[in-house]
Amino acid sequence: MTTAFDPGAAADRATAAILHDTLHGRERGVVVDSPPGAGKSTLVVRAARELAAAGRRLMVVAQTNAQVDDLVLRLAAKDPELKVGRLHSSDADAYDPALRELPSVTLSARPADLAELPVTISTAAKWAYVKAEPWEHAIVDEAYQMRSDALLAVAGLFERALFVGDPGQLDPFSVVGAEQWAGLSYDPSASAVSTLLAHNPQLPQHRLPVSWRLPATAAPLVSRAFYPYSQFRSGTGPGERRLAYGVASDGSGPDRVLDEAAEAGWGLLELPARHTPRTDPEAVGAVALVVRRALDRGAVTSDEQSPVPAPLTPSRIAVGTAHRDQAAAVRSALASLGVSGVTVDTANRLQGREYDLTVVLHPLSGRPDATAFHLETGRLCVLASRHRHACVVVARAGIAELLDDHPSTEPVRLGATAGRPTTRSSPTWPNTAWPGGRRAIPSRAGGGPRIRGRATRRR
Amino acid sequence: MPLLSTLARLEAVRAGHARPLATVRHRHLGAEPLVLVPLTTAGEAGAPLGAMLGTDRHEPRILVIPQPRDRDLRWEFLGELARLLMPHIESYADAVEPAERTETDPETGRKTKVEAELCVDAPQIVVPSRAGIEYVRLLGRSMRFRRTAEEDPENPYPAPSQVPLLGRWFTHLAERSRVPGSSMLLAATDLLSRHWATGQSNLEDQHLGSLLAWISPPEGVTGAEWALRMELGRDQDGQLLCPPAGPATDPAFDNRLLAPAIAKFDAARASGGPRDGDAVRLAERAVRKLVVSQMENTWWQTWEAIDLLRTLPPGERTEERWTRDRWSFTGHRDRVRAGEPPQPRRDDAVTAAQKLATRETEQVRLDAQEALDDPLVMAGRRFAGEAFAGEVTEVAMEWSEGKRPRPRPLLTVATEDRPQLADEGGGKVFRSLDGRQQAFEFVRREEDGQLVLRVLDKMGAGREPVAGSVPEKGDRVCWTLFEHDARGGPKLPDPENTPWTHGGPPGSATAPALDAVTDEDLL
Amino acid sequence: MSVADGTLPPVSSYPPSGPPQTTTLRQRLADLRGPAVPPRPLDARALAALAANPGCGRRALLDGAGVDKTALAAALGTPAAFGQSQFAIVRGNSFEAKVKGDGGAELLRLVHARLGAGAEPPGSDARVPDLTAAGPEGRAARTALALREATAARTWTLLDHPMLALEVAGTPAYLEPDAVVVHPDGRWTVVEIKSFPMIDGAADAAKVGAAARQAAVYVLALEQTAAKLSGAEVGHRVLLVCPKDFSNLPTAEPVDVRRERAVTRRQLDRLTRIEDLAAGLPEGLCFDPSRTAEELTEAVSAVSAAYAPECLAACELAFHCRERSRAAGDPAALGRSVRGELGGLGSIEEALAAASGAGPDGDPTAEALHQAARLRAEALELAAARPPYQAPETPECPC
Repeated sequence: MTTAFDPGAAADRATAAILHDTLHGRERGVVVDSPPGAGKSTLVVRAARELAAAGRRLMVVAQTNAQVDDLVLRLAAKDPELKVGRLHSSDADAYDPALRELPSVTLSARPADLAELPVTISTAAKWAYVKAEPWEHAIVDEAYQMRSDALLAVAGLFERALFVGDPGQLDPFSVVGAEQWAGLSYDPSASAVSTLLAHNPQLPQHRLPVSWRLPATAAPLVSRAFYPYSQFRSGTGPGERRLAYGVASDGSGPDRVLDEAAEAGWGLLELPARHTPRTDPEAVGAVALVVRRALDRGAVTSDEQSPVPAPLTPSRIAVGTAHRDQAAAVRSALASLGVSGVTVDTANRLQGREYDLTVVLHPLSGRPDATAFHLETGRLCVLASRHRHACVVVARAGIAELLDDHPSTEPVRLGATAGRPTTRSSPTWPNTAWPGGRRAIPSRAGGGPRIRGRATRRR
Repeated sequence: MPLLSTLARLEAVRAGHARPLATVRHRHLGAEPLVLVPLTTAGEAGAPLGAMLGTDRHEPRILVIPQPRDRDLRWEFLGELARLLMPHIESYADAVEPAERTETDPETGRKTKVEAELCVDAPQIVVPSRAGIEYVRLLGRSMRFRRTAEEDPENPYPAPSQVPLLGRWFTHLAERSRVPGSSMLLAATDLLSRHWATGQSNLEDQHLGSLLAWISPPEGVTGAEWALRMELGRDQDGQLLCPPAGPATDPAFDNRLLAPAIAKFDAARASGGPRDGDAVRLAERAVRKLVVSQMENTWWQTWEAIDLLRTLPPGERTEERWTRDRWSFTGHRDRVRAGEPPQPRRDDAVTAAQKLATRETEQVRLDAQEALDDPLVMAGRRFAGEAFAGEVTEVAMEWSEGKRPRPRPLLTVATEDRPQLADEGGGKVFRSLDGRQQAFEFVRREEDGQLVLRVLDKMGAGREPVAGSVPEKGDRVCWTLFEHDARGGPKLPDPENTPWTHGGPPGSATAPALDAVTDEDLL
Repeated sequence: MSVADGTLPPVSSYPPSGPPQTTTLRQRLADLRGPAVPPRPLDARALAALAANPGCGRRALLDGAGVDKTALAAALGTPAAFGQSQFAIVRGNSFEAKVKGDGGAELLRLVHARLGAGAEPPGSDARVPDLTAAGPEGRAARTALALREATAARTWTLLDHPMLALEVAGTPAYLEPDAVVVHPDGRWTVVEIKSFPMIDGAADAAKVGAAARQAAVYVLALEQTAAKLSGAEVGHRVLLVCPKDFSNLPTAEPVDVRRERAVTRRQLDRLTRIEDLAAGLPEGLCFDPSRTAEELTEAVSAVSAAYAPECLAACELAFHCRERSRAAGDPAALGRSVRGELGGLGSIEEALAAASGAGPDGDPTAEALHQAARLRAEALELAAARPPYQAPETPECPC
């Protein structure tokens, strides 16, 4: 593929426009859609520094303590001189102890202690309890995962704000019914961005056009399936990311799917169709074995930053599941294979994280029925967009049929889509393509696992 | 559905009758619940057909509209409904006790205790089904914006007095019923299916007759058989043996019986006779008899549901939740008395967020309280790894460091349960000690699977723990990973300070327009 | 006019002839239906219902063969409970008449107000062409002509009860929406008139969903016509017209049916599997309602069903399927989610065995059920050991 597309230049142009609107725009808000691995954190750090440099007193709102701590560490690494306040709760383990080592960071549970600092960072939950004179500017991170009511609780604290988030990931939710407000522009259970844009449609909306994480094999597919209205591209071209093994395939299913994934970026390890419990022992075992074989075979990766092949370590591998009990089952299967140091978590907890190789237990594997939970496109999007090199999906056969047989009798709430930003459009079930999941499955004798890569790949 | 409830359903299939889902009653049932069985006319919003109501099952008050499309008759019905219900609701308004309420000082933001009045009891209305609750909401919406002749002398169609007031109360009750664990407006089907599992699906449990059949079938019949008869049985005229619990009626009833009777009533009136003439009265009585025949069964079934619930001992913490209902009742009483306008058509941004926050808090509270009150509910939490029961196998006294060492005993606990605790330790667990929450730190998991916990509080101020405050060797204790009470969320801005992200204060350019009563509100 | 419960009146007649390539299948389906039994035409409701339980082969085959499921259910001894109150019908008809009264002026006003996209409001030049013709094919042809003329005329046009043809598994089905409005810019908007209310701008979401799925079928049918016309485009936002609050004044909301359209399109494409289903059936099998209940039960059981409690509200045969499903101890009779939870345990019997500890070794669901049974028994024992509870005096229940 030859193209005049220069990802670095495209990303720079987008960033410049965002910073211009943020620093010099007339509107009170700027919204930035950031697909997976498009440099959202880099943008937030840069915007924070420029706002601080411009003398704007800044508050930063993130959604979890881990996100807050991560931002503080990044800011301190980038600009050790910048005075940053980390507002935390009074719980025992409210923040990452590593923050104590940073001389530029002040830690406190009392907003008054941090009032004079140029930048203060905390979670939305903590900010909601703060009573103070408004800050001149705010950066709201992970704004699509923030609920509208959480924004309501903190919006009085700032004059203007930059909202940054990934529209393709998991929607916020409520454990109690909120249907009575569906369709209202300020539905408290909807995402903060949908409320913001419903009331302020004139706000400038930007998007980061390049995913630096997803390889050339993944970006087009993820973009098409989960971001139909805000397409993005990979920052790397075909062949720039390489995954290879020191040991040749032993011909087993896991080895063949790893080879397939190394070549195509995707691999599907398909087990024979069967209705199974959620913690399908065979599928869980297969997931663990794939991980084990990747390590045993001395996997090495090379990329645009370090062309010299480097060993793929356990810390660069993640396993993603839909349910916690599945994650627990995979963890114990890995432990029994003597593997440690690999991240195993649910889609929820993998949001915002990045690995070289991911192994995903398909949320619909072995299920007799799909539910809204398993069909949530945000969940699939998270699982399919964590990797820099390759993603292996483990699933029982029959998912395409399951989707076709899924009843479609959803209630429709009047006006419910009116408030949504145009960029937030999940692909329609059952038409979403899971990598390889919707292809016609050739009939096959024998019950062993089957390996498939991307059907569209070129040899 | 949690697996434990699924298991109960499977058992019910095998047994042919319902199996318990609770060992105590998880909803408050007052001394004098009022049962309300409303019926509506098909195809028309808020056109009641009749109602049966009262606190005495043997003396129901019965209202029937012989021609539901007649606006005057509808007014009469709603006026009568208000005349019957408002005294009942208001009878709870004046018996009060002094209480304390936490308020936030607008100046300092500090929370302070304020003396307040709290109604000692509140009305409780039981309708047959969830659709009945929605109907109460609908009636509330149709009535609360009406103006009486007193309020608006120019109004060509003044509402009977108290109708707008009942509309506001119905609206309040229906909104309150969305708060988890609240008991001011309850559906009999919800009450029953919370406490018993049948051998049919959730959807089929919405049918009061068949749900009751599974729980208490007549002698000699299985619940499964009786439920089928209640659901589908028809007489030789094609009429259901067990009419639907409403508010919608059976189409076969509408078409074969009701429509001809209403037509006769129309004809009698059209023939020019006086309203109280014999022909009209006879026709009216015929409609009334038919409508009553559809409500009567449901009336008794709703009372039977209440009786069944009363056979269960009340959960210890249901009263605490009822106190919240009493606060809610008192609060609405105060708003009405202060002359505040009726609830708006749609919540503003702040009110919506506030309601959602309250419901989320109450859901957490309800989940915790039901588990603490009921070993069967706790079993479900234990199964989910959110609680564990075990035997204390060892107690080792330890003290905190510092000038005044405090007791921090270490317990070793053997359990068959599989709580979701991190292997490396950390995190807190809790037990209920005389109704108060006692905290423990999870220290580690031993090689043999036993858990080591450290007691953190409720041991008194001295160096030695107060007697009974530390579990002893051999004690069997249940710990939870969840806290026993729910914390409310942060204070939201006042509606007049709604931020720009949410449309600004109501009445500003981008905010939704204020309500006005329009022509369409008149039937 | 379709009324509150989402039913539609059946379409006038079934096409007398079809494309030759499907003759064999059509003959096979006619045999299944019974030689003397006329086919029940597929209407928008039946087509929309394809998505209600697409996994059910029984429903697909019976609908595809034009079997009258209501008659079949009655003949099986498990009559369907669907019916409509005449109060609802009367109210629905009078509301539709009101909406369309005055030469469609109000309806056109609503379309312009909600989906006008800046066009000039409809004036006295708005057209309401006469669509009467003989038979469904004639009416469909007349409608197609009217659509072409209206699109060319670039003026507001209201088509009252047009007739649309949609090819379903090789056979045309005829569909009759409440109305289609042609905009001056060539856009076609499907209008659904329903008699459930919109109160404070909100309506029963289940009913709106049903209306959206029906409208999506009309959109698909219109798209086939529009594809042959330049300048014509079918709007993916349909207009739902309902009574406002408690009045009988109309109000309207646009509903985006892209999702429903995509789902229905996919299910229509899958209808070709009827051929496979029919091919797998034994010779001589017949669903003629005049046959005995035993014969019919056997015939019906030859096609596998996917019963779930949701069928009770969507399929005439549901009570029959429920009976069979319960008799077979199928966990799905308790709800789709129950089956999902039981994983590989295919029957209630197996699940209960697993709960008692006799489940398959190493099956996590069986182990979980056993553990759940232990916890449940322990809790019930604990409760039984409590002193008996004396309920406060309540009056005797006389029933």
